[in-house]
Amino acid sequence: MTPPAIDLRSIIPELVIAATAMATMVGGLFLPAGRQHPLRWLAALGTVVALGTTLAAGSSSSPAFAGMYVRDTLTRVLQATALVAVLLAQWLSGDYVERMRLDIGEYHALVLVAALGAMLMAASSDLIMLFLGLETLSIPLYVLAAFARTDPRSQEAGLKYFLLGAFGTAFFLYGIALLFGATGSTGFQALAEQAHAPKTFFRAGVALLTIGLAFKAAVVPFHFWAPDVYEGAPLPTTAYMSVIAKVGAFAAFVRVYMVALAALAAQWSTALAAISVLTMIVGNVAALRQTSIKRLLAYSSIAHAGFILTGVVAGSPAGASAVAFYLLAYTFMTLGAFGVVLMLHRRGEEADRIADLTGLAWRAPALGGAMTLFMVSLAGLPPTAGFLAKFYVFTAALDAGQTGVAVFGVLTSVVSAYYYLRVAYTMFTGQPSEDVGFAGGRWVTAALVAASAGVLVLGIFPSRVTAFVQQVGQVLR
Amino acid sequence: MAVELIVFIFAAIASVAGGVGVIGSRLPVRNALSLLLVLGSLAVTYLLLAAQFVAVLQVIVYAGAIVVLFLFVIMLLHKQLGKMSPDRLRWQGPAGLVLAAAFLTLILLTIRLGAAAPTAPAPAEFGTAESVGRALFTAFVLPFEVASMILLVGIIAAVVIGRPAAQPAAAVGRSAATPVGASRR
Repeated sequence: MTPPAIDLRSIIPELVIAATAMATMVGGLFLPAGRQHPLRWLAALGTVVALGTTLAAGSSSSPAFAGMYVRDTLTRVLQATALVAVLLAQWLSGDYVERMRLDIGEYHALVLVAALGAMLMAASSDLIMLFLGLETLSIPLYVLAAFARTDPRSQEAGLKYFLLGAFGTAFFLYGIALLFGATGSTGFQALAEQAHAPKTFFRAGVALLTIGLAFKAAVVPFHFWAPDVYEGAPLPTTAYMSVIAKVGAFAAFVRVYMVALAALAAQWSTALAAISVLTMIVGNVAALRQTSIKRLLAYSSIAHAGFILTGVVAGSPAGASAVAFYLLAYTFMTLGAFGVVLMLHRRGEEADRIADLTGLAWRAPALGGAMTLFMVSLAGLPPTAGFLAKFYVFTAALDAGQTGVAVFGVLTSVVSAYYYLRVAYTMFTGQPSEDVGFAGGRWVTAALVAASAGVLVLGIFPSRVTAFVQQVGQVLR
Repeated sequence: MAVELIVFIFAAIASVAGGVGVIGSRLPVRNALSLLLVLGSLAVTYLLLAAQFVAVLQVIVYAGAIVVLFLFVIMLLHKQLGKMSPDRLRWQGPAGLVLAAAFLTLILLTIRLGAAAPTAPAPAEFGTAESVGRALFTAFVLPFEVASMILLVGIIAAVVIGRPAAQPAAAVGRSAATPVGASRR
């Protein structure tokens, strides 16, 4: 048996992120408390380097590491999205983490390792790598949800997320076992070959795999954990996990369904279309009645998972690029909305009630304007990123003949405009509460500026970004 | 073949019984010992599948180390085998049972319908320490490294969660009167 070629150059971005994570953690041990500011710079620097190497690295469609890992155009686009999400999340969370006296070194290390997991999921070409990427993504998120150890809500969130996540992982693993039984291999290539004439085992394995991924992406009916976990986890963690878990899960959806199981599209697209419609309805309707901004954004993230899934349902190259574009737009608008909430505090605690936003736009016009922009974008109105993202996924679904899904998508978007714009409306009316104050910093401001710029650029001048994400379609051909 | 079948039946019954014991008993020590039964009988199943190395690892790592660790934790946390607090779930138990039964039926039907052609016998060196090691360091070298990353995260997680609550010493150089907004430098 000859050893397979090991080309470390193809995994440079992952190596950079892993090394930065370890350096940040070790640095946290040696720097005294209160002087750990350099760790933020270190983490941000590592992320920027990884982003640069990801964009600069060439792409090849043939798998490396004995068929475990592939660096193709899909890998590049989704890894870049994940790294942008990490960078914004680091800027958003730095001040909060220091303010709440959480462990800075460990915090940044865990954030980076979760990103590593999402990157590996995007680059996997084998079910084993997909599983390990999923775990590398999930385990740091469990810990980050419980990171405010003295807060019982955070503890509950961490435990809930861990138990339900482990439950979902069990389904995922059982699915892998059945697929291995049916094909005799865990590689995506073997899956693609077997998908032409699937056995019963094969179908059952795919079904269980879907359940596992649906848990991670928080789509209905596997979404029950999301609102509680999002509400209990510390605010920066909620922001980060709502984005990075989606990037990882949808990377897996694109890899498994659109690339490996393309031959079975007629069958899984019906199932995923049903899940997608359910998710859009439940997420948007449940969000109408929320009073906590964290819960509102949790249901919003569920609803957006449904919207993104319509791109997967389309099953076409256009659908895959629409998913990639949506993930990038979702990253900017969701992290931006969380960033505005992170700028506020209510007597030293998180200002997580929608009522806390009352009238704040007059005290801080820029903040009010930014929040309005993010809400308009989340609702999917022009001229923002959210509009174009929805436009692309629904067009792809229509072109693929999935008219029903697209119609439900547009209808539920109209419903969503009510609760998103209500948040913006709250900011411009009424008397601001005395309890609510600002807790900004240069880093959060930078993140908000970057997120607003992202939302506007993607909405108004999307041509460069669409050209970038359209590379994804090449993988499907 | 007949001997293997008999051994398998005993191992399978023992592992299912152990699984029921893990969730059925209200005494933590009994749960842990039932888990030992599950792991031991699974090791026997691995032996029947010609995976000697995995079977040995199962006994050494899971049965030998992890269950013993569980027992230590239980002894330290619950003095005198203290019982767990009573269950407050009412309808969830039966509902879970019904759903589990439905899932079991579904899987059994799948296995029955999908009864595959007999598979080829495993090659002679299958499952030995050498072949497992060779696979780990050639075809599975990247997953192996990623798994070590996951273990590292597990250690960090244990430290982060298990560390005693924030000590006041960490607030050196910080005025406690401004818990918020003091982060700008």
